[in-house]
Amino acid sequence: MAEIRVENLHKSFGDFAAVKNSNFVVENGEFFILLGPSGCGKTTTLRMIAGLELPTSGRILLGGDDVTFKRAAERDIAFVFQLFALYPHMNVRKNIGFSLKCQGTPSAEINRRVEEAARILRIEHILDKSVSGLSGGDRQRVALGRAIVREPMCFLMDEPLGALDSEFRHLMCGELRGLHNRLKATTVYVTHDQLEAMSMADKIAVMNKGLIEQFGPPQDLYARPASMFVADFLGSPPMNFLHFNAGLARGSGEARLGDAIVQMPVVHEDIAPSDLALGVRPEHISFDDRSALRGSVYGSEYLGTTQIVTVNTDFGQIKARTKSTGEVRPGANVGLRFHADRLSLFDRGSGRAIRSALYEEGAHG
Amino acid sequence: MAEVRLEQVEKRFGDTVAVTGINLTIADGEFVALLGPTGAGKTTTLRLIAGLEKPDEGKVFIGGRDATGQSPAERNVAFVFQQYSLYPHLSVYDNLAFPLRSPVRKADDAAIRQTVERVARLLRIEAKLGNRATRLSGGEMQRVAIGRALVRDPSIFLMDEPLSSLDAKLRADLRLELKHIQRDLGATVLYVTHDQIEALTMANRIGVLDHGRLVQIGSPREIYETPRNLYVATRLGMPAINLLPPQAFPQHQVPPGTRTIGARTEHVAIARANGGAHAKVEWIEHLGDQNHLHLRVGDHKLITLVDPDVDLGVGDSIDVTLRGPLYFGTDGERIG
Repeated sequence: MAEIRVENLHKSFGDFAAVKNSNFVVENGEFFILLGPSGCGKTTTLRMIAGLELPTSGRILLGGDDVTFKRAAERDIAFVFQLFALYPHMNVRKNIGFSLKCQGTPSAEINRRVEEAARILRIEHILDKSVSGLSGGDRQRVALGRAIVREPMCFLMDEPLGALDSEFRHLMCGELRGLHNRLKATTVYVTHDQLEAMSMADKIAVMNKGLIEQFGPPQDLYARPASMFVADFLGSPPMNFLHFNAGLARGSGEARLGDAIVQMPVVHEDIAPSDLALGVRPEHISFDDRSALRGSVYGSEYLGTTQIVTVNTDFGQIKARTKSTGEVRPGANVGLRFHADRLSLFDRGSGRAIRSALYEEGAHG
Repeated sequence: MAEVRLEQVEKRFGDTVAVTGINLTIADGEFVALLGPTGAGKTTTLRLIAGLEKPDEGKVFIGGRDATGQSPAERNVAFVFQQYSLYPHLSVYDNLAFPLRSPVRKADDAAIRQTVERVARLLRIEAKLGNRATRLSGGEMQRVAIGRALVRDPSIFLMDEPLSSLDAKLRADLRLELKHIQRDLGATVLYVTHDQIEALTMANRIGVLDHGRLVQIGSPREIYETPRNLYVATRLGMPAINLLPPQAFPQHQVPPGTRTIGARTEHVAIARANGGAHAKVEWIEHLGDQNHLHLRVGDHKLITLVDPDVDLGVGDSIDVTLRGPLYFGTDGERIG
């Protein structure tokens, strides 16, 4: 197993820069997720690590070796795709052992490794079954088995759960993370699904238009997004943005939204009057009739344990996640209160987060 | 809009009973969601109301009149499918106007324009009316498909997983929109889905189907809080309801005959253990706004939600107590 180091990686297709000056390190044994919308460059990055695509410039180091221009076969990695093509005429055992057989591995050794992989994946009971009758989940486990038997230095996975429906996908996330905990293999995983990324990753890199917008542990990105793009991409519902215009002095800890004064983390820079957005996570909103910040309830969505209440305000529409015990009527005028030390502030022009006590806390903690 | 009623409806395909003994009334202006996995009979029920299938037994009433023998056209129902089939060569305007231009309707151009513009405003696609249908995003296409149903003023809207081909964000937006439009129009809707979030958030009542039978029907809260049996209990809940034998909680008094305890997050109280702990933290799944705490209770797994700021780590010992969980007997029916 090994560390993966990506240095100043750049990839252009003609005039189009798919990946721009990427830098990141995946530590040995880490589960690393490249997250972003389609076209953001995440799959291109993965394919360069795999050796399926050559970078325009930059370097890739695998376990300290420069593999930038090595062929895919010379890199000790295993690739798992979204569309797992299994050999339909072979049973599960032969599918899993196929790559070893091609390498001329002795059959006793193949058997040992196939059975070990099956044990890790908990599919021993289907080893001698045909792959054609398998469920989607079992097929995906077989595809993973084919990667595991090779005992590679690292796993690269491109949306391996993309073809499964959402509830099952979340179950498989738990399984994949459990598998990772047992194998402790360095893994780079690509997805556009923020829930998969939050659920499994040790670290996430959020990509947008070829650039890495932010890189770090999932909770860090969620609590302290570096940009409006990251704030909006993570969370379901995503972060709310209340639009207002103001200038703020360094050391100020409140924002004026219409008649309401909203307490927030102390800002660490001077801000000339400009278009700003106050970033509020849905779970950091509560209803309080005494609050001067008002809104009108647009709708509420009951989800069992919690509900999501959509409220129209003068500063934009926001969604709050609250306990489902209190019922809220559409059309009702409500006061809003925010969890003051959890708010983010963004410059709407650039989309960048304004430095504040919230972010300092992250840097030190 | 109209009330729609099914009475003792059964439909067989060869030896397979697709639906049986279905009694269901969808009140005028009501939004009913049918929830169930593939093969439960959801789509067959829709098709029976639309007149695309004839029941082998039972009757279908639309607006108080027996429609069992009527053709689909006579029933005046509007169908919205998962795969939006728009006319690609027509503009958004013409796609929306198409159902109104049918010869039997004889609507004049001014009336058509008025209706199309009203629906386009409702769906917030008025700026796209001049676009070709193919030059739209997925969400816009689905809104046009819904719009085509809306212009017709049908007796009932039948919707078959209309949001399932959209991405998560768009689906969340359209859920809220669709509910609003339905309420504003006072539309009668029967909506088929396997997605519990759609059923919970949009429906006035949810009907749960299992192997062709309507197991329970009630408000989202009723279905969630007082499920009739294990099958219904496992249809709803995020995370899914925990099912445990009474032996996992020897301290907890259960009603006689209990085979299974059903514990949702709101039934589970956790505390850091001082001595008598019987659960251990296996994994804390940080999902941002909600954290799933994965516990091991003896030989059993238990998943509950915890506050994002909770101060717990893997391996910590935990006291778990149950507060008012659900109890199920050997036949899977709920007790008490």
